[in-house]
Amino acid sequence: MTQLYLEQLLNGIQLGMFLFLVSAGLTLVFGFMNVINLAHGSLFMIGAYAMALISGMTGSFLLALILSLPVVALSAWVIEVVIISRLYTRDHLDQVLATFALILFINEGTTILFGRTPLFLDVPPLLSGSVSLFGVVSYPLYRITIIGAGLAVALILWIIIAKTRLGMQIRAGTTNRETVEQLGVNITRLNTMIFVAGAMFAGFAGALAGPLTSVEVGMGENLLILCFVCIVIGGIGSIRGALLGAITIGVVDTMGRAFVPDILVKFLNPAAASGISAGLSSMLIYLLMIVVLVVRPTGLFPVARGS
Amino acid sequence: MKQKKFSLIAGVVLSVIGGAAALADDLKIGMITTLSGSAGYLGQDVRDGFLLAIQEEGGTLGGTDVDVLIEDDGRKPENGRAIAERFLERDGVEIMTGIIFSNISPVVAPLTLRAGRFYVTPNSAPSQFAGKKCHENYFAVAWQNDSLHESAGLYANSMDYENAYILAPNYQAGKDALAGFKRYFKGEIVAEVYTQLGQTDYAAEIAKIRAAKPAMLFHFLPGGMGINFAKQYDQAGMNDEVPLVVAAPSADINILRAVGASMVGIPNSSHWNHDLENAANTAFIAGFEAEYGRSPTVYASQGYDTAKLIASALAATGGKVTADMDGFRAAMKAADFDSVRGPFKFNKNNHPIQNWYGRVVVERDGQFVNQITGTIVENHGDAYADECSM
Repeated sequence: MTQLYLEQLLNGIQLGMFLFLVSAGLTLVFGFMNVINLAHGSLFMIGAYAMALISGMTGSFLLALILSLPVVALSAWVIEVVIISRLYTRDHLDQVLATFALILFINEGTTILFGRTPLFLDVPPLLSGSVSLFGVVSYPLYRITIIGAGLAVALILWIIIAKTRLGMQIRAGTTNRETVEQLGVNITRLNTMIFVAGAMFAGFAGALAGPLTSVEVGMGENLLILCFVCIVIGGIGSIRGALLGAITIGVVDTMGRAFVPDILVKFLNPAAASGISAGLSSMLIYLLMIVVLVVRPTGLFPVARGS
Repeated sequence: MKQKKFSLIAGVVLSVIGGAAALADDLKIGMITTLSGSAGYLGQDVRDGFLLAIQEEGGTLGGTDVDVLIEDDGRKPENGRAIAERFLERDGVEIMTGIIFSNISPVVAPLTLRAGRFYVTPNSAPSQFAGKKCHENYFAVAWQNDSLHESAGLYANSMDYENAYILAPNYQAGKDALAGFKRYFKGEIVAEVYTQLGQTDYAAEIAKIRAAKPAMLFHFLPGGMGINFAKQYDQAGMNDEVPLVVAAPSADINILRAVGASMVGIPNSSHWNHDLENAANTAFIAGFEAEYGRSPTVYASQGYDTAKLIASALAATGGKVTADMDGFRAAMKAADFDSVRGPFKFNKNNHPIQNWYGRVVVERDGQFVNQITGTIVENHGDAYADECSM
C-alpha cells in the first residue's frame, strides 16, 4: 500500500511540475504587467509542436528540446510586441478578449499548418523504462526527469529573482511599477523580457509533455485553467506561491482521482461510486481553491503591493 | 380504410412537393462528425469512407445526386445542436449521419427524428436508442455501443481470465462499454473506473491498476486517449504485468501506428478487419488506399458501409427519402447491400445483427496490423432489442 501512495505522490508532483512551469510565466506576467494572458497555454502548445516537428526532422530528442526554446521565444516576442504591449494600459476585459482571440488564431493557424491529426513522440531510449526508487517503487524514468527539470527551473528562477539585479527590478516592479519606471529602469524592455522568459518556461513544459501525451491543437487550454487555480492559491506574482500552488494542485488532483473512488465505494454501490467520484475528484481542486480564498483571500504567499 | 385513403393523399401531395424539391436541388445529407482534437481521425475516416462510396458511383448514391454537408462538432454537444438545427431548418437535410461520440448523439438524434428526417449513425449508438427510445427512423449501421464490448468480454472468457479491471471515460459510451463488457464476462470485476473524456495523462490510473494486480485489463479509450494510455502503460512497464483484452476502438490501425511494437500480441474484438475475405471488403480497401494513400481504419469501413446502405435504399425508392417515408424506411430495414464486414441484417430495433471476430496485433512487413484469429460469436444482436416496442 505504501508503494501505491508513494507512486501516486510522485505522479502528483510530476503533474505539479508541469503546472509550475506554465504557472511561473503566468504569475510573473500577471503580477508584473497586470496582464491576464489566456494565450499562455498556446505557448505551451507551440513548444510541444516545435519539439515534435524538430525531433521528427532531426531524430534527436536533446537537439529538439534545445531548438524548441528559441522557436517559442521568437513566437512570444512577436506576440508581445504586436499585441500584448498594447494591452498594458487597458482593463482586464480588453486583455481577456484580445488574448482569447489569440488562442483562436493560434489554434486555427496550427490546424492549417499541421492538420488535425495529433503528433506523437517517443520517449528517448536513454530515458525510457522504469527505475526502482527507495527499493519499493518502480517509476518511469522519463517522469523522474520531468520532476528534476521542474526543480532545476525553480532553482534557477529563485536565484534570478532573489539574487540578481534583474530579479530586484522584477520584485520592485511587481510591488510598484511607476516608482521603478521613475528610477530610470527601461520598463518596456523589462516587459518584453519577462513575457518571453515566461513563455519559454511554458514552451519548455510543452516540449517535455510531448512524449507523455499527444501533441494536438488546444492541448494548452485545459492546463491553463489549472494554472490559474495554482497562481490564485499561491498568490499572484509570487514564484514561490506558484511552485507551492502547482505542487498542491498536482498532488490533490492526482490523489483525488486515485483515492476518492476507494472512499466512496465504502458507502455506495460500485457503479454509482465510480460515476460520482469521477465528478467529485475533478471538483476537488476548486473546492481547495475556495477554502484557500476564504482563509487567505490574497493566496498563500501574497506579494505586497503599492498603491 | 379512411386512414389509408388519407395517407395515400398525403403521400401523393408529399411526393409532388418532394419531387419539385428534388428537381431544384440534390438530396441533402447532413454529416455532423468529429474532425478536430485527438479523436479527429475518427470523423475524418468516417467522412472519407462515406465520400469514397459516392465517388465510386461518380457523385451519386444509388443513382441519386447527393449533396453531403460536412461540419465538425469538436466533440462538443452544443456545437452538435447548433449544426443540427441549421442543417434541418435552413438546409433541408433529409438524412443525418456522421456522429462519432455518444455525448453528441443524444442531442442530435432527437432533433432529427422530431423534424421527421432519417438518422443513420455510422458509429455512436448509445443504449437508450436501442431500447425504450428506439425509433423507426433511427438506424445504427456499425453496432450498438454495448455489443462492441460484449464481444471483448466473450473473447476474454475464451482466455479464462478469472478477473478483470475495467476502465472507460465518464460519458454515455463509456458506461455502455463497461456494462457491455460485464454482461458476458464470467470472471470477477476487480474495479470499475471512469476517467474524464479527453484525458491525456493516465499515471494515477495506471498506478492503481498496478497495485490492484488484476488478471487482465479491459479499457475503452478511443482515439488519442487510447494512444496516450497505451504509451504510458508501456512506459510504466505494465504490458508484462497486466495483459490487455480490448475492443476495436482501443486498437485501431492509427493507434497501432502511433504506439508501435509494444502493442504486438494484444487481443481485441471487432466486427470488421482488413483480412476479412469478401468481394466488398477487397474492393473497399483497394479503393480507399488508392484514393487516400493510407490504410482504412475500422471507422472508414463504417462510413463506407453507411453510404452503401443509404445507396441501396435510395436505389429502391428512386431517390425519394422524406417524400416516401415508408418506402425509404422499408428499404433501409431490408439492408440489401454488400457490407464490407460480411453477413449483416437489422434487428427489430434497427441495430445490426452480425458476427464478431477475435483479432490479435501482429507485425507484418514492418507495419503493425490486426489479424483475425477466429469468430467470437455469430449473428450477435444487442441486449436492448427486447425493450424496443417496434
